[in-house]
Amino acid sequence: MSLAITGTGSSLPALCITNDDISKILDTSHEWIASRTGIEARHICEHGLTETAVQAAANALIDAGRAASELDYILCATMSPDYVTPALACLIQQAIGASCPALDINAACSGFLYGLDVASGLFASGRASRILLVAAESMSSTVDWTKRDVSVLFGDGAGAVVLEKGNDLLAIRVGATGKADPLYMQRQSSNCPFVPRREGDGYLHMDGREIYRFAVSAMVRDIEYVLADAGILAEQVDYVLPHQANVRILEAAAKKLPIAPEKFLNNMRTTGNTSAASIPILLDEARKANKIQAGQILVMSAFGAGLTTGACIIKWSKH
Amino acid sequence: MVKEKVIEILAEYKDCAPEEIDASQSFEELKLDSLDTVEIVMNLEEAFDIELKITEDLKTVQDVIEAIEKLV
Repeated sequence: MSLAITGTGSSLPALCITNDDISKILDTSHEWIASRTGIEARHICEHGLTETAVQAAANALIDAGRAASELDYILCATMSPDYVTPALACLIQQAIGASCPALDINAACSGFLYGLDVASGLFASGRASRILLVAAESMSSTVDWTKRDVSVLFGDGAGAVVLEKGNDLLAIRVGATGKADPLYMQRQSSNCPFVPRREGDGYLHMDGREIYRFAVSAMVRDIEYVLADAGILAEQVDYVLPHQANVRILEAAAKKLPIAPEKFLNNMRTTGNTSAASIPILLDEARKANKIQAGQILVMSAFGAGLTTGACIIKWSKH
Repeated sequence: MVKEKVIEILAEYKDCAPEEIDASQSFEELKLDSLDTVEIVMNLEEAFDIELKITEDLKTVQDVIEAIEKLV
């Protein structure tokens, strides 16, 4: 007994910014961004992240045929909520009218996999039988828009799943290496008069080359691990749903894995890197495109600040 | 020895003949961008069983050969 995904939902804010739009404010070009990242456009929250997160949550509940009152837990993976407190999970709870415990999980881009891991623990301990897991990010609010190196990579959006008792999750592995330098965002300094000001500028900083190297090797290692743990052969895999950071990372990892490259789904062309939200958005879009069928083997794999990683094998059961 | 192997790995990555690569060429001249460089460094690390630090100083094929020669 592990868990089953009984509903999916996603939401992208209406405002869509193309590479050409960014080229008007920064010294870059569509060709430069597209060839190095595979990204052509990204969505940006105009009125905060909460409404996008709530929309994704509501869509997942409708898909599962469940009411908010039936939920035992709300988990929300995010590193870019509108409020530091209350948790985005609590704001979602209020908006959908649920009354269960609600908390945020910050595992950066690996947040959705961490959410699945926490949820599987809640099911295993008998503490919950129905969990809403939302992953929502407003990455546009974290990057420095005067610099071209990081700002072009990210986008905003939310994905959600309803989880119930079941046997979909065949294996999961999450990890962290405790390394801040390659990817971090410090809070801006407070005005406490009794201590020196800290250096944090409140922007996301990334060493792209270090993260690229870490991401490719982590994806290969984690996917091989969960396949072996679940006793699934590479040729049995129907789709890989990887974190949508950079198409070049996916191509490099695919080359090193015994899984056909065309099985790696990607939608970052129109979404950019939406951090924790990328996998559930991709899952929901793949379902709407009728790609996902009962009985299929899906692999999910993510990596992010922390440095965190996560991967899992799901045997899809929903008809 | 290191030079031949580096050029062989580069040629394999670029899908070209080793003779087409000259050690004095920069990655830019070989039409390889920063992410290609990272991937090539990863392939070299595997081939030589070393850990290479990726820095701005690695501009030409010769720079990479010299960095590896210090480690093997």
